Amino acid sequence: MANKTFQSASDTFADLKAKGILKDGITVMVGGFGLCGIPENLIIALRDSGVKDLTCISNNAGVDDFGLGLLLKTRQIRKMISSYVGENAEFERQYLAGELEVEFNPQGTLAERIRAGGAGIPAFYTATGAGTKVAEGKETRELFRPYDGVGGCTIPGWKVPGKFAPTPRVGATPREYVLETGLYADLSLVKAHKADSFGNLVYRKTARNFNPMMATAAAFVIAEVDQTVGLGELDAESIHTPGSYVDRIVQAKAEKRIEQRTVRK
Amino acid sequence: MPLTRDQITQRAAKELRDGFIVNLGIGMPTLVANYVPPGMDIWLQSENGLLGMGPFPSEAEVDADLINAGKQTITARPGASYFSSAESFQMIRGGHVDLTILGAMQVSQEGDLANWMVPGKMVKGMGGAMDLVAGAKKVIVTMEHVAKGDAAKVVKQCSLPLTGKKCVDMLITDLCVMEMDPVKRRFVLTEVAPGTTVDEIKQKTEAEFIIAPNVQTVAV
Repeated sequence: MANKTFQSASDTFADLKAKGILKDGITVMVGGFGLCGIPENLIIALRDSGVKDLTCISNNAGVDDFGLGLLLKTRQIRKMISSYVGENAEFERQYLAGELEVEFNPQGTLAERIRAGGAGIPAFYTATGAGTKVAEGKETRELFRPYDGVGGCTIPGWKVPGKFAPTPRVGATPREYVLETGLYADLSLVKAHKADSFGNLVYRKTARNFNPMMATAAAFVIAEVDQTVGLGELDAESIHTPGSYVDRIVQAKAEKRIEQRTVRK
Repeated sequence: MPLTRDQITQRAAKELRDGFIVNLGIGMPTLVANYVPPGMDIWLQSENGLLGMGPFPSEAEVDADLINAGKQTITARPGASYFSSAESFQMIRGGHVDLTILGAMQVSQEGDLANWMVPGKMVKGMGGAMDLVAGAKKVIVTMEHVAKGDAAKVVKQCSLPLTGKKCVDMLITDLCVMEMDPVKRRFVLTEVAPGTTVDEIKQKTEAEFIIAPNVQTVAV
């Protein structure tokens, strides 16, 4: 079995550069919600690798001096695909100056696009964003809600073949849905709590967020982890991401910065 | 007297039902969690991957891996579960969330909602709002009835970019409570704030709306 464990993030990136996987202009997924569950050491190593003109798919854009904010500062990102970017002043400046392209996705649509990309689904319909700016330029169609079309009869006018064909619920009215595409990337950087040498991953609490889908939706996947354990030490019933999805594992000490420290009195 | 933010929140909390799965928007809606009636079991969903959000942590309990959608440190209650963002929005989009409460810049007479961008200003993104209003079983908006300078927020048609079409079921403002009539596609004025008249609501509302036969005073 190929060794997936690398000593450091910078060694990994040097190796990927030599192999031609890491280069200018690629599309990179980066896990995390806010600063929670971001592969913070891989982001620093990506910055230090010097690659530029990146398209980054990430729910948020970090803060000015942490997370993806670091790559914005050095102008290595030319496009972001995100759902919310409110915590970053440099982002705002570049965006308003037209230096940075941004594609906003509803958060659930972003999550599902990544899930679909990893699952081999090129496009899907969702009601989210129907009748809004999000739907502009996209194909829309009227469909029955899944619970109004029990048994799979969600397409108006299309009869499910067979003797026991289901029919839509009486009185059900179709609703407008928007066609969204699956998202795939050249490289995914994810953060997990624990990994074994095969790359089986276990996430921790809300640091899971976008990481499991991103681990399935790129040609090459690197996982930064708090801890590595021996093969067989993770409970097979409790593995969140099977090791087959993961190409590299880097164990690194994380700062885990907190954006809003709220405590009860 | 218009309702205070706390009173709007208390009125919204009366819409909670035992066992409800509830997603609360950032800002005023978050405060609804402080007014869950005693003995009622409510499961708060946080869109970043938690069902069963608890109160803020003590200093000793603070955990960087445990935050809510507002990026605040929180706790998980007994019985809570963690999941991915895809699973979280599967729950939201699939109609498995009973109620969501969120703020608004404008609401139209047909229940369209605008709350994510103002043209010409910095756009921060819609986050999970579009998914929530498209998928939750019931959508309640809490807001001030008019904007600064008395500009109407309950309007015939939203001038701001939409978050969702025909998605608002109930409107709770500092002046009144309105419920959407799903057949007539107009809000029905059901309650007014103490000391507020129906005429005042008419004056401060651009939208066409229906006046219930027996308008009550909001009990606060």
